Amino acid sequence: MQDKQVDVTRLILGALVIMTFSIVALVVMPYLFLERKSTAALPLPYTETQAAGRAVYIANGCIYCHSQQPRDPSVAPDGQRGWGRPSVPGDYVHDQPHLLGTMRTGPDLFNIAARQPSRDWHLGHLYQPRAYSPGSIMPAFPFLFVERRGRLLPGDVEILLPAGVAPAGVRIVAGEDAQRLVAYLLSLDHTYPVKSPLRPARVK
Amino acid sequence: MRFTVVILAVTFVGSLSGLLLFIWSMSKGLFGSAAAASRVIFGDKEIGLIEDPAARAADAQDDLQATMNRTGHTGEFSVLSVTEATERAAQDRSGRAPVLIALGFATAWLVIASIFGLTASIKLHMPDWLVSEAWLTFGRIRPAHLNAVAYGWCSMAAFGVALWLLPRLLRTPLVGGKTAAVGAVLWGLGVTSGILAILTGHSTGLEWLEFPWPCDIPMVLGGSMMGVALLRTLRNRQVEHLYVSVWYIAAGLIWLPILIIVANWPGLHFGVQQAAMNWWYAHNILGLWFTPIGLASIYYFIPKVLGKPIHSYNLSLIGFWTLAFFYSQVGGHHLIGGPVPGWLISLSIVQSMMMIVPVTAVAINQHRTTWGHLSVLRHSPTLRFIIFGAMMYTVASVQGSIESMRIVNTVTHFTHYTVAHAHLGLYGFFSMVMFGSIYFILPRVMDWEWPHAQLISAHFWLVVGGFAVYIIGLTTGGWLQGLAMLDANRPFIDSVNITKPYFLVRTLGGTLMTLGHLVFAAHVTAMLLRRGAPQIGATLLQPARLQSRSLSSVEGVTDAR
Repeated sequence: MQDKQVDVTRLILGALVIMTFSIVALVVMPYLFLERKSTAALPLPYTETQAAGRAVYIANGCIYCHSQQPRDPSVAPDGQRGWGRPSVPGDYVHDQPHLLGTMRTGPDLFNIAARQPSRDWHLGHLYQPRAYSPGSIMPAFPFLFVERRGRLLPGDVEILLPAGVAPAGVRIVAGEDAQRLVAYLLSLDHTYPVKSPLRPARVK
Repeated sequence: MRFTVVILAVTFVGSLSGLLLFIWSMSKGLFGSAAAASRVIFGDKEIGLIEDPAARAADAQDDLQATMNRTGHTGEFSVLSVTEATERAAQDRSGRAPVLIALGFATAWLVIASIFGLTASIKLHMPDWLVSEAWLTFGRIRPAHLNAVAYGWCSMAAFGVALWLLPRLLRTPLVGGKTAAVGAVLWGLGVTSGILAILTGHSTGLEWLEFPWPCDIPMVLGGSMMGVALLRTLRNRQVEHLYVSVWYIAAGLIWLPILIIVANWPGLHFGVQQAAMNWWYAHNILGLWFTPIGLASIYYFIPKVLGKPIHSYNLSLIGFWTLAFFYSQVGGHHLIGGPVPGWLISLSIVQSMMMIVPVTAVAINQHRTTWGHLSVLRHSPTLRFIIFGAMMYTVASVQGSIESMRIVNTVTHFTHYTVAHAHLGLYGFFSMVMFGSIYFILPRVMDWEWPHAQLISAHFWLVVGGFAVYIIGLTTGGWLQGLAMLDANRPFIDSVNITKPYFLVRTLGGTLMTLGHLVFAAHVTAMLLRRGAPQIGATLLQPARLQSRSLSSVEGVTDAR
């Protein structure tokens, strides 16, 4: 009977000890050692519109195809693709939740604003990606847009699409969420220089 | 570079001595009673007697017994006494309510998750299909698929199987069955609300943690209620030794709520730390929840169906502790190349490689136990699924270790290769083991045989065929995608174009798997409605039948000699 109890005690204690090890190594240590608040001026905090756009990015799962973490040149040619310098923890101080991503069905977006600063391009590309980027498999997002027949209303942001993309006789107007999302995408510029404590020698 | 080597060496030595210290401190009495503990799942003289309620009809049962008699009967007496049989039948039905609720929910979620998965797969080669509604966009359907699989199908199946196994393993009826049944319902409601939250655009944005935290509350409550039933049954146990499956199930049920609570605590995590936490969680939900339950099933059903104790009981316990120790620290390998501290990555890579230890322990054990009896796969539907799953466990784990090495990871990171790997683990290993377990369990809980043996075969071949097409296609496509992305001279769109044919292949594989799931769900429904004509009484634990069986098996031994 006593032996039986020893088995159970050992099992429960052992399971808890191992869980503690794991939490300390992968949750508590990063919690203690990683930058929580930025001391630098950059990156700027998100404006209200940009933050709302970030929520649209999350709600529609952009993260499942786009990463936000350019890798070091010694690992992958991300820099040569124009995706920017390797990111550092300080770049993410305003990111709640983090959107590092794990998949590149589409390109990395951490510096998309630096490489494609056109608002019109982004709006049109969201409406129909294949009109701008042949061969793309990004889903179209027509539900972020409004179709107007006839006259535009005051305040409408009409998007100018290549011929034949919109249905005939219809003008496409960016919905509020589309405008917010593009405002967020246009905030994604982390090309400012950093002194990285992680990779001192490699960052240019 | 030299710095990295030093970190790697230090982590390696550190983790190894940590493990040795740990095993040493745990080891008093650990190796004492191995032979006795491995026999705890059998009746006094039961060894040599096969048990597979999924092998339908007397003929199939006798074929299975004859095969075992021919290929390596242990020579023991091979009878289950009437008392033992009656007790076991009572244990088998003691968790009826929670087991049926959990397995019923699980089957429903499997079908829903398959439809989500297939839809997401088609969308990757038909990006203008079903785009007019927000809830149907790829970025919502894909996480709905993942969460429906992980928390709907896999977790509910795990609860059902665990709640059914425990009374058998501890030889006592389930205590707290009603609490557990309410727990299963709460968990199911939590998952339903979470999936609806994702589809309506309320995801948290963290992979594997998409459910908003209020949806996690019923899940933690429900999971803990099932955990309480476990602990109460454990206190009531009538066995001298805890079989290794109990270790796995108990640890898994203890770890699960801790994982969910730490990961979902609102406002606690930030920036890159949150990313580290994210992959700590995502890997541990696999390693410390699904894997333990899957292995518990493997360690129970293989010996039980064969009527032969596990090859090495000590090896199975070493496997348990090393799995827990190493697997719990591998999560950081999902962030290789990312903006995270080097020590975190190095730790994860080292522990990923160390995972070869527990995996080898399981592989050797399973291999040595089944070797020579592979012809039983023709007669035992349960083992057909479970042995396939056990083999995929080895493949997925070894692949995972290799994938964490920087040279391989550079190619596979950010590609569909990783998606294929995830399916190798959660589908090839875990889901297949759950299928096999459910085929064993339901006849005993429902007192009814599976109505159509052909449907079990159809299910098996559809999902194995679909799975093979899926894995081979997507692994190849993902690798080519990674190579294209690494070549700076090729435009990015090359990496998209090169994967397109493989997306079609994936849809083909996914369609076959979904068809298999529909067959399975239809069969489970027929079972729950008790359709079809019973032939010999599903439990085979009825004394009359049992006596004639044990006689024939003893004759079988004589013949073989």
